Amino acid sequence: MAQIICKNLVVGYEGQVVRDNINFAVNKGEYLCIVGENGSGKSTLMKTLLSLQKPMGGKIIFGDGLLPNEIGYLPQQSTVKRDFPATNFEIVLSGNLSHSSFFYSKEDKDNALDAMKRLHIEKFKDKCFRELSGGQQQRVLLARALCATKKVLLLDEPVSGLDPKVTAEMYTLVKELNEKDNITIIMISHDLNDALKYATHILHIGSEVFFGTKSEYLNSDLGKQFTSEIRNNIICENCGKKL
Amino acid sequence: MIETLQMYFQYPFVRYAMIVGVLVALCSSLLGVTLVLKRFSFIGDGLSHVAFLAMAVAAIFQWTNNMPLILIVTIAAAIAVLCMGETTLMKGDAAIAMISVTSLALGYLFMNLFSTSSNISGDVCTTLFGSTSILTLLPEQVVLSSILSLAVVVIYILFYNKIFALTFDEDFSRAIGVNVSFYNLSIAIIIAVIIVLAMNLVGSLLTSALIIFPALSTMRIYKSFKAVVISSAVFSVICAAAGIIVSILAGTPVGSTIVGIEIIAYVVCVIIGRAAVRA
Repeated sequence: MAQIICKNLVVGYEGQVVRDNINFAVNKGEYLCIVGENGSGKSTLMKTLLSLQKPMGGKIIFGDGLLPNEIGYLPQQSTVKRDFPATNFEIVLSGNLSHSSFFYSKEDKDNALDAMKRLHIEKFKDKCFRELSGGQQQRVLLARALCATKKVLLLDEPVSGLDPKVTAEMYTLVKELNEKDNITIIMISHDLNDALKYATHILHIGSEVFFGTKSEYLNSDLGKQFTSEIRNNIICENCGKKL
Repeated sequence: MIETLQMYFQYPFVRYAMIVGVLVALCSSLLGVTLVLKRFSFIGDGLSHVAFLAMAVAAIFQWTNNMPLILIVTIAAAIAVLCMGETTLMKGDAAIAMISVTSLALGYLFMNLFSTSSNISGDVCTTLFGSTSILTLLPEQVVLSSILSLAVVVIYILFYNKIFALTFDEDFSRAIGVNVSFYNLSIAIIIAVIIVLAMNLVGSLLTSALIIFPALSTMRIYKSFKAVVISSAVFSVICAAAGIIVSILAGTPVGSTIVGIEIIAYVVCVIIGRAAVRA
């Protein structure tokens, strides 16, 4: 059974429907990219998936042993926490709150250290969060999400504001987590180029909703329309030729 | 000087003032870090004016042990502000400003209209600036204040990890299954309790100072959340104790003396923080 199934899902806030008729399913180990223009309802869908708000219609079914709070979440970069005094270890540790009650156990601490090692940030353990660069901060927050779950990661525009080199590193890390640790990835992005490079499945939301594998998307009318500009850069997986 | 102090500390009311002062300073500093970082610094100010209104009403009916009433009213206001913050009908800061001025005006109005006391301005001054109230505590108020302060400290330690997560990133905490609404409610209630306790020490206009100064000062120096929390507790206790001693020796009002010392300590922390950055 799929880990997350959305059936005729309607999302919105304050009584206003932002997007309806969203249907898709994510299986373990898949890499789903949610694309769409600004205001198409990507963020609202994400908040609904995270149970931060209730669906306005339809259903979200969690299967394959996944609990609703077992989705690790990497929020969009924000500048709000600029003056926040916290060490990176304190932040990563807080991901354990998905399963720990009052105090952190030895296991929780090992878990946090392990997550930091996997993302190559253990050297920043006792440094202050606000002293890190944007890319390093994203890794800390990704490590926190890894502490919360070993099953599904939801990344909201994980590379916005990062320079090309750091962006590529971030994508490689995520791909590694997806392939080596078999963690399901759901990534929201407005950059089709990157989405098509790494994803196995695409959910396109906008005036039309499309869900399917990457090659199905590239062959669909909607996909053709939206990828026309960047098609030259995409290399076909099967034949190795440019599309 | 030490002899004078020894002489003063023979009086039970001075000892009471010291015990309650230190305990109140300790617990008021704890949540300051959360309030400052969540941009809620003004909640303390708004709620303390609500407490002033409750105190004015209690004074009209001449209830000497007014703490239970003030506690209930302030907790109710804290919950109301929190709920308003969650709906988007009225933004949090506007709601706080409204509640704050409304209760200040009504409190003063009630005191003028209904008070039987001959010295209204003296009464108002006492409630607003707490000029003598810390020195006139009844034994049962000392016991109640001590129990409440210790309860705040214990609850803070138990909820510490949750409070950290909530302060840093509320959405993430909610997404991984932390009952954010419950902890926000607990924080609101604890803040209300702290404000009522702090009013005895510095009066209702100055309670915010007791809550935000320790956090603002130590955030300049320390880089971890734990260090900031622990050092602001130490900062607060030292300033309160020093303030009480200075006010006894110099005959100055307790509340403003403590706040004055906190301002000096804040400047010292800013200088240390700058020096640390350059070094």
